Amino acid sequence: MLLVILQGEISPTVGRGGGAIPRASALKTSPKRNLGDVVFKYTTLMFAVIVLSLILLMAYEMYVDSKPSILKFGWGFLTGTTWDPVQENYGALPFVFGTMASSFLALLIALPLSLGIAVFLSEMAPSWLERPLSFLIELLAGIPSIVYGLWGIFILVPWIRSSIEPPLSGYLGSLPIFRGAPYGFGMLAAGLILSVMILPIVASISRDVLKAVPQSQREASLAIGATKWESIRLILKDARSGILGATLLGLGRAIGETMAVTMVIGNRPTISASLFDPGYTMASVIANEFTEATTSMYISALIEIAILLFLITIIVNMLARLLVWSATRGKL
Amino acid sequence: MMMPMLEQPMIEANAQAGLPSSATDIKMRAMNVNAFFGKLQALHDVSLEVAANQVLAIIGPSGCGKSTFLRCLNRMHEVAGGTMSGKVLLDGEDVYQTDAVLVRRRVGMVFQKPNPFPTMSIFDNVAIGLRLNGGVPRNQLNEAVEQSLKQAALWDEVKDTLGKSGISISGGQQQRLCIARTLAVNPEVILMDEPASALDPIATAKIEELIHELKKNYTIVIVTHNMQQAARVSDSTAFFYLGRLIEFGETKKIFTNPSKKQTEEYITGRFG
Amino acid sequence: MKTVFAPTLRYYRRKLTGGVMLTLSALSAVVALIPLLLIFFYTISQGFDYLNLDFFIKMPKPVGEVGGGMANAIVGTLVLVATGSVIGLPIGIFTGIYLAEFGNNKFGSTVRFMTDVLSGVPSIVAGVVAYGFVVIPMKHFSALAGGVALSILMIPTVTRTTEEMIRLVPHSYREAGLALGIPQWKTTVQIVLRTAFPGIVTGILLAIARIAGETAPLLFTALGNRFWSTSLDQPIASLTVFIYDYAKAPFEGWNKQAWTAALVLIMLISILSLTVRIVTRSRYAQR
Repeated sequence: MLLVILQGEISPTVGRGGGAIPRASALKTSPKRNLGDVVFKYTTLMFAVIVLSLILLMAYEMYVDSKPSILKFGWGFLTGTTWDPVQENYGALPFVFGTMASSFLALLIALPLSLGIAVFLSEMAPSWLERPLSFLIELLAGIPSIVYGLWGIFILVPWIRSSIEPPLSGYLGSLPIFRGAPYGFGMLAAGLILSVMILPIVASISRDVLKAVPQSQREASLAIGATKWESIRLILKDARSGILGATLLGLGRAIGETMAVTMVIGNRPTISASLFDPGYTMASVIANEFTEATTSMYISALIEIAILLFLITIIVNMLARLLVWSATRGKL
Repeated sequence: MMMPMLEQPMIEANAQAGLPSSATDIKMRAMNVNAFFGKLQALHDVSLEVAANQVLAIIGPSGCGKSTFLRCLNRMHEVAGGTMSGKVLLDGEDVYQTDAVLVRRRVGMVFQKPNPFPTMSIFDNVAIGLRLNGGVPRNQLNEAVEQSLKQAALWDEVKDTLGKSGISISGGQQQRLCIARTLAVNPEVILMDEPASALDPIATAKIEELIHELKKNYTIVIVTHNMQQAARVSDSTAFFYLGRLIEFGETKKIFTNPSKKQTEEYITGRFG
Repeated sequence: MKTVFAPTLRYYRRKLTGGVMLTLSALSAVVALIPLLLIFFYTISQGFDYLNLDFFIKMPKPVGEVGGGMANAIVGTLVLVATGSVIGLPIGIFTGIYLAEFGNNKFGSTVRFMTDVLSGVPSIVAGVVAYGFVVIPMKHFSALAGGVALSILMIPTVTRTTEEMIRLVPHSYREAGLALGIPQWKTTVQIVLRTAFPGIVTGILLAIARIAGETAPLLFTALGNRFWSTSLDQPIASLTVFIYDYAKAPFEGWNKQAWTAALVLIMLISILSLTVRIVTRSRYAQR
């Protein structure tokens, strides 16, 4: 470069490939790419390919390992209600039911609370309160599942057994959802603990979605004489799809949750309408029985359940991302 | 302009207030208004009168406080976290001594950037104010919506597509939709914050025409950075600079023979 | 007295409804904090008893004997996290770099999509996968299998954070580097990555905090071990599995120890998260 400048042929431009016409001998590198660039690109590309193949491998691996079960039970696996390792008769319905019931129950409890929190944080709280409060709620998301489970076994379940289920049983025991003896462990406990776990996700994302609604919308409704709450209602309407996305993300988390649920749900493969009865989720049965699975059919049945779980989670998460992405596009 | 028979004292009082002689009534009055954003003072001791069924234009360079003042009139200033002192009277009553929700029904606002509700149809956009404020039966609602859209000179263009989304129409139409939405709750005063600045010249002309029609039934205060627009549409003009009201009077006078030097300099484009 | 602003009955009803709803919203925030406080309170109060030096340096004692600790579990968690990181971090970071620098094409979109899919994998499924990849060929459980399971969980978050942090670096920095004649790849590494570094570190720490708390994927990969072991080809203990085993046990002394382990786990994660906060705060303070 110095040579070129000294020769006075080219004015001292800062960059290569600038306006002046260089003499061929003066250029150190030709216009084709630098070796370092090529190496860099292909190295990173390799890792990206690793990620891609990882997923394909995962799917393939699980498929192969569960093949025996798939071949033996076919679609009946999804509708079968017996789970009998002794007779080698496996049906996944109780677990699908357990997963979906506990997750939807969690959503039922968590959604109104999360919306309330999101509205409070986004529309009502002054900033000196909002930030620490948001932080605290996000802390809930960082607590490991096993700690939730521990708290579930020793604190939540006894409390349910003594203070929640007896009165429910006493007053509303005739209703199918409150029938049965109050053990504490069961669907109700699972739903409650899951709701606490998904609360931070649904609340934080809903809050972000609400914040993304432009201020002009709030002003528009206030200016025609709406009360604060009426104005918020309109904002919620605006943020509908994003909030739905947040809900689905919460649902996805609840579906995949293992330890906390396993520790409080009772782990019996029953399908029951009562919240007091124990249940069993897909994740729980895998966690509990995998190491005890003695035969390859047993293991492959469990792996088939894992695939099922994987698929359900993927679908829910994809839908969720689509909704949240479109709601906050460009506004974050 | 029609000249109703006025009592001599009123004409004199109006003249003293700087209002055009055609003004009959004071609709709104600002008295010693100071406005703050936290510690920052945006308005210093502003007092002026808004005559009924007239158009008041507020002009001044960017940042002079004209929008802030406008927002003090319908208590939108506090929505952004601002505070104020002084009085703002509507028909003699202080708007700060009553619930803001009630004030805003009588003093409506149209914003700079059209902001119709995107999740609602054109019909629902106009009807929303009525739905919130009172259980209005369906046929009355239809009639009210039609009336408002007609007054906003938008009815002919959308009467067959009332179900379409509020944001499916052009910018100029959206702004007229916002005006219809404001009109639907039957306010007495309409505040307009640079209503045409986001619109093309043709849409702007339509809005100005509209203002001319609207002032027959409403009182209008319009903030504009476009002096020619102010000269075209308004009866009185107030010139703000750095949060202070510099001069206030009949539009004709302000634009041809202003009393204050700063006013003259702004009008003639020496700054702003 | 007739006022200019005459409230109607409907107005009062609207105000009342609004007031009730807003109060409920505020209450929701309070209700949400209750479990948080309860969990922290109980973990600290129950776990405190056994929190002493022994806990960190002694091995577990058989049932019935007092005392002992879970040194093996603590070290086990560290080994597992380290193994998971050694596998997962390079993959995640380099993939993130690829996506940010070269990923604006069909292939990049596919990788990004797949990463999103991967991030939705429930942790137990990651365990099942690692079982198939590592435990079956090795014919026994191992710390390596546990590490692989954890790395699967790390990769998507690290990839996404890395890509986002790199994209956040203003284009002008890159242009300045190129304009100085620095080759593309060096510009990326020495200028762009250096700028994005704190953000990437944040992502890494958060991913580590997450996998440190995982239990399910370890249940049939690393399995657990009552004895001291740090080798990768043997089952290994971990804080999380320890908590699980001791919580389920019918011995009260063990249950208490489970709380203590939970306390230690939470402290570990809190330290990581706090580090993240400090790193990000100082970074923003610089601007």
